[in-house]
Amino acid sequence: MINSPYIRKPASVQGVMLAVLTALVPAIVIYAWQIAAVVLVNLAIATIAALAGEALVLKLRGRPLAPALSDLSAVVTAWLLALCFPPILPWWATMLGVLIAIVAVKHLYGGLGQNPFNPAMVAYCAMIVAFPALMSQWPAAGQLDFATQLGLVLGGARELDAIASATALDTIKTGLRTAGATVQSIMSQGGNFGLVSGRGWEWLAPAYALGGLYLLARGIITWHMPAAFLGALAAISAAFWLADPTHYASPLFHLASGGAMLGAFFIVTDPVSGATTPRGKLIFAACIALVAYIIRTFGAFPEGVAFAVLLLNICVPLIDMNTQPRVFGYKGDKGDKAR
Amino acid sequence: MITRLFGFKGGVKPESHKNESSGTPILTAPLPKRLVIPLRQSIRSTARCLVEPGQKVLKGEHIGEGEGGLGTSVHASTSGTVVEIAPYPMAHASGLETLSVVIEPDGEDRWIDHTPLDLRTVSREEALAWLRGCGIVGMGGAGFPTHVKLGGGRGIDTLVINGAECEPWITCDDRLMRERAPEVLSGAMILRELIGAKQVRVGIEDNKPEAIAAMQAAASGLGDAIAVVPVPTLYPAGGEKQLIRVLTGVEIPQGKLGTDFGVQCFNVGTAHAVHRAIRFGEPLVSRVVTLTGNVARPGNYEVLLGTQVVELLELAGPKADTNRYIMGGPMMGTELQSLSVPVTKGTNCVISASPALFPPPPPELPCIRCGACARACPAELQPFELYWFSRAKNFGKAQEYHLFDCIECGSCAFVCPSRIPLVDYYRFAKGEIWARERERLASDQARDRFEFRNFRQEREKEEKAAKLAAKAAETRAKLAESGEAPAQPAEAEDPKKALVAAALARAKQQQAAVTPKNTDGLSADVQAEIADIDARREKLNQQDADKAP
Repeated sequence: MINSPYIRKPASVQGVMLAVLTALVPAIVIYAWQIAAVVLVNLAIATIAALAGEALVLKLRGRPLAPALSDLSAVVTAWLLALCFPPILPWWATMLGVLIAIVAVKHLYGGLGQNPFNPAMVAYCAMIVAFPALMSQWPAAGQLDFATQLGLVLGGARELDAIASATALDTIKTGLRTAGATVQSIMSQGGNFGLVSGRGWEWLAPAYALGGLYLLARGIITWHMPAAFLGALAAISAAFWLADPTHYASPLFHLASGGAMLGAFFIVTDPVSGATTPRGKLIFAACIALVAYIIRTFGAFPEGVAFAVLLLNICVPLIDMNTQPRVFGYKGDKGDKAR
Repeated sequence: MITRLFGFKGGVKPESHKNESSGTPILTAPLPKRLVIPLRQSIRSTARCLVEPGQKVLKGEHIGEGEGGLGTSVHASTSGTVVEIAPYPMAHASGLETLSVVIEPDGEDRWIDHTPLDLRTVSREEALAWLRGCGIVGMGGAGFPTHVKLGGGRGIDTLVINGAECEPWITCDDRLMRERAPEVLSGAMILRELIGAKQVRVGIEDNKPEAIAAMQAAASGLGDAIAVVPVPTLYPAGGEKQLIRVLTGVEIPQGKLGTDFGVQCFNVGTAHAVHRAIRFGEPLVSRVVTLTGNVARPGNYEVLLGTQVVELLELAGPKADTNRYIMGGPMMGTELQSLSVPVTKGTNCVISASPALFPPPPPELPCIRCGACARACPAELQPFELYWFSRAKNFGKAQEYHLFDCIECGSCAFVCPSRIPLVDYYRFAKGEIWARERERLASDQARDRFEFRNFRQEREKEEKAAKLAAKAAETRAKLAESGEAPAQPAEAEDPKKALVAAALARAKQQQAAVTPKNTDGLSADVQAEIADIDARREKLNQQDADKAP
């Protein structure tokens, strides 16, 4: 017998995931057009690897394939990873990263909805630790023709120095180690910088933001996490920048660089591994921004969003437990810690 | 009068489906072939049966006497003959059976004599007893006795009349307000007087403009104390706590009553029944029921209580592809296990469901913690957390996260993209917790029984010992009387020893008593000889004792 309610809103996990994929389209278009068209190939490789990996584990676990494969959650993970990885990463590395995310981080913890860590971010961190050289070869926007890009992705000789450059964040970080260098002097040399950040790359930020606004309008994500993440990142970078603008990049640079916008709307907002209460979401996202800034500016890695997300994933149960909202009828009770 | 409205968090907007049944006036359902009137008409209380099989009854005749604090009277819905008193199933997910009076109508529908109650001539308590005697309970579904809800008649500021009717498909309150607005408001004014409220607010969802207009027209002659307020259409605005919040801003926590906060709430149907009971002296024997869904003639009917759903459905004509029937609305209603269940005081709607109108839910997927349920929850809970805890049978944690504040409105399950039947998990967890509570109580009782048994055995042992000691003491006393009391009072503490000592004493005494008897018939010479021997033996004994160092 079926119990009430007997009616349901036409909502589905598949619909949620489809909206996320749709929201990524503007950024993918900008990426392919302005930076490297091979990203489309990477997206395809990642998607195939994700679906194959998921199918394999489901079969091993004796679970039905159709519901899990058609929910599109694996495809979302795959696309996010393909957009995080350098576009000229060899095909096998992309596949390896995706398989780490799907097999190890998602399914070994029990599959959809069970993973305490963000699968894409664990895979990204694993890859950057395992293959630091490959993971830091970024082409300058529009520098390579499609054939070269494809050649690099599908294998063949890699003349690293000729093609690879550093990201804007990396350039500033390493540049500042030279005596007398300032943020301004670094950004004025060479053609790697655009208006506020990496030339070409900086246009990804508004494209991700556009997709994020679509998700907000659809009610797929709430305002809490993007607002807290971007607000906290802007605040801490502004504080350092105002104190010493020659050695600290501007808030605008930080917001437009690296994984800031992608993180704010697509990574931090992962519901499965993130905080769930309204206040918890604010704390969770703001702390990610602070940790990410510290790693970016003072740490060993050029970008810190991925590590910051994992660090805060650990804190989610603690944050959630201590930020339980007030329940209807409990006046004056802050609702802290359900009693 | 300007009324400030408050909101409640959460809520959902299902398709209303009101137009199917709201267009036609309330029709009187024909007399059914038989009536099954359950004696359990108010919450947690079954009335004591007052009739016997074969007895003739009139419409409105008292057939069940309410018992206990929550009991209310039950009446015959029409005139006829009582043919059976037996348990019959009621509309309940478990197919619960309850003692019912089966009446075969005589077709005359003849009322028993009844007279109105003049409120000016009676005390408040008498008026409440009158309502109890008329079997007035909440007609919104819960069936809580109205006289109990009217309580002490003190400290109430606002009386809320619930005409929100937020469940999709149901239109019985809508039609009642459109057609009988003056009667509903008359009942509201009686309730106001009895509860001593300063003001009355009637909340009606703004998707019922005709009902709002009719009620406002009827209220215009009643002065400033009563306000008919359109409230935004947002399920579950008709939930008692939600409507009170919207109209007054007061939030009533779980387990508390409105009266503690100066507010009380009654359904429009209840107000109408109160009007009939006071102004005409009519007990509650019929109500308006919506018949809708997959039927040929949807509409509202005035139905005698006890009419079986199967007879009622003929009026609406369910279509061929109807596969199940829902009593109540689609958000909180119950699928009927049997069509023989009767209409009771809380029955507002019977929906004929087809797979096309109410498709079976798609397969359940894992929870992705998206939080859609939390944003929809009118109790401001974290439903997905309750789901995880209930699923893991972590009931303590579920209670910590306010499981019992859940009103089971179904909003969370309605929005869930993983189509998890969330409310089922909460019902399961609540049921388990109740069961454990009962078990705990039972084990407490068992422990009490065990401890009492130990206590009793201990007590009996002591009593026995005391008895023995008393007997021993008695014996000693007897011995003392006979002058040969053995000197051993120090050992009298131990009753057993005392007993043994007493027995020994008795034996000695017997021996002592017997020995002379043996020598009774002897000659003086022989006696002298014996005495001589004894003396010698005594002497030898003495010498032995002296020799011993």
